[in-house]
Amino acid sequence: MGNKILVFIEQRDGHIKKSSFEAAKTASEMAAKTGAEVEALLFGSSVEGMEKLGGYGVKKVFFYKNAELDLYSTKTYTELTSKQITDSGAGIVLFANTAMGKDLAPRVAARTDSALGMDVVAYVYDGNDLSVTRPVFAGKALMDLKLTGAVKILTLRPNVFAAGAASADNAEVAVIETASVDSSVKVAEVKKSDEKLDVAEADIIVSGGRGVKGPEHFHLVEELAALLGAATGASRAVVDAGWRPHGEQVGQTGKTVSPTLYIALGISGAIQHLAGMRSSKYIVAINKDKDAPIFQVADYGITGDLFEVVPALIEEIKKVKAH
Amino acid sequence: MKIAVCVSHVPDTAAKINIGADGKTIDPNGVTYVVNPYDEFAIEEALKTKEAAGGEVIAISLGGEANKETIRKALAMGVDSAVLLKDDNYRDSLSVAKALAEEIKAQNAELVFFGKQSVDFDNSVVGQMTAELLNYNCVSVVVSFKLEGNKITAEREIEGGKEVVETSLPAIITAQKGLNEPRYASLKGIMAAKKKTIEEKPAAAAENKVEVLGLKKPAAKQAGKIIGSDATAVPELVRLLKEEAKVI
Ligand SMILES: Cc1cc2nc3c(=O)[nH]c(=O)nc-3n(C[C@H](O)[C@H](O)[C@H](O)COP(=O)(O)OP(=O)(O)OC[C@H]3O[C@@H](n4cnc5c(N)ncnc54)[C@H](O)[C@@H]3O)c2cc1C
Ligand SMILES: Nc1ncnc2c1ncn2[C@@H]1O[C@H](COP(=O)(O)O)[C@@H](O)[C@H]1O
Repeated sequence: MGNKILVFIEQRDGHIKKSSFEAAKTASEMAAKTGAEVEALLFGSSVEGMEKLGGYGVKKVFFYKNAELDLYSTKTYTELTSKQITDSGAGIVLFANTAMGKDLAPRVAARTDSALGMDVVAYVYDGNDLSVTRPVFAGKALMDLKLTGAVKILTLRPNVFAAGAASADNAEVAVIETASVDSSVKVAEVKKSDEKLDVAEADIIVSGGRGVKGPEHFHLVEELAALLGAATGASRAVVDAGWRPHGEQVGQTGKTVSPTLYIALGISGAIQHLAGMRSSKYIVAINKDKDAPIFQVADYGITGDLFEVVPALIEEIKKVKAH
Repeated sequence: MKIAVCVSHVPDTAAKINIGADGKTIDPNGVTYVVNPYDEFAIEEALKTKEAAGGEVIAISLGGEANKETIRKALAMGVDSAVLLKDDNYRDSLSVAKALAEEIKAQNAELVFFGKQSVDFDNSVVGQMTAELLNYNCVSVVVSFKLEGNKITAEREIEGGKEVVETSLPAIITAQKGLNEPRYASLKGIMAAKKKTIEEKPAAAAENKVEVLGLKKPAAKQAGKIIGSDATAVPELVRLLKEEAKVI
């Protein structure tokens, strides 16, 4: 096994993603088993606080610098990440399981002919053998896998591995001016959605289902979400009805989320919906049907009319927050 | 133009999953298998592209005899022909991609649609890997696709928005929900599918680098509390969220 562990650090708009700090911290925990060094890989033209990765155990940051790398370039990111793996002799490479990580990690695994474990929620590493646990069948089961071969690549499910507090250490930053960017697959533009927060990244989610009765009533969901600093989510039924955008759908054919708090309003809790949110730390359900399956996974439930309960909830939270 | 679509055969999303006797696979009892839901979007987009640009659509599936059911469904929707790459054994994603890549090359398909994810192992990787192996351009998790001549404009879903991606053929696209509304197979389509051939050949051998150690059920969540049945329960809920869950 190589004496380096490599971690891919994702930036968007020049900011390092929280899930990348989680990956960096996990890399340094793995490195502690063998005394390996953790090196990070970053693309863009200007990224804030790269040296701070040192606080999570990263020794050296390789910053591939070019304005054309500010936006994701699937080919150049693959090319340079693969080259870095080969050059450094890294034995383990970590990514966060984000849209970017999910596109990039499998490409790099194919390019370097490596073992790949996606969406990992736990691992066992003794300094030599590496096995991982990942949810399968939409979280209805967990699979344990052993990765073999010279290079082992993992993507880590966000919000599962704690980044913890950073130490005061700074990482060394090596800037590599990068001349050639392959633009045969080019991100021409990023269209940001109107929602401020994406369900896939939010720490709190307030979701609405068919029980909300119509798009005109979603202001209730939005108001509660805004109050909690939460993202708004939706069941497939309301997305399919055109009440909410596709990007908000939580579930087996939507997004898999694991926030600290998930509030389900007027959602029955169909198996496909539960698949996407059951690993949330705390689940609150408000539904007028006491037999709705959502109550089987809810930590706290109110079996009432959401049009009565949610306004009261908004008022009560405002009151508590004012104190 | 030759268009391919790769389809996988997976348990129905409503299926109850129980662990099989070997501790590594699922118990197939009572589980119905269906076309991977994302692959329906891939099939639909392949058919729409053919209708607009001409050509033919071939479905490729790697797996056992049972995959023929899924292949038939694709043929009934309007796919022209199909190949079953036979392998009854477990394969990791890269070894699946290697066999698919070989077949796509043999077929000379310039545009290949995948689903973004198989809803069995939920890896979400085979399309990207295959693109890498073939050196095809690739856009994953696509919710909008446009082909003009050789040029592709696609939108892919990312956190908090979409990336508008420009590329060209040859290309692999992985389909996300929202890309289109998959058509239903018509009775005529179902009848026609019976006459279409499914070519069978062994899947190209490739080594596994990922070994299954075991499969287990997640720890059951303990039953929660029902706090009340109307707005009078709200103060208690807020207290629990504040003091127990510490989220507000
Ligand atoms: C292949 C496939 C994939 C799927 N993927 C997904 C997925 O990713 N995500 C997903 O969510 N679904 C998915 N589904 C759909 C899923 O099976 C359900 O149909 C869907 O989740 C139901 O949405 P819902 O809970 O909003 O609606 P319903 O099941 O209609 O539930 C509405 C709930 O609101 C309650 N209610 C009504 N009025 C009130 C009120 N005034 N106050 C309080 N409660 C009220 C009702 O009691 C009911 O429980 C999928 C289905 C299939 C076949
Ligand atoms: N055995 C298979 N045969 C054909 N296509 C497959 C197979 N496995 C995966 N795919 C394709 O790859 C996509 C992504 O699958 P996965 O990476 O396994 O989640 C699927 O939606 C299919 O289009």
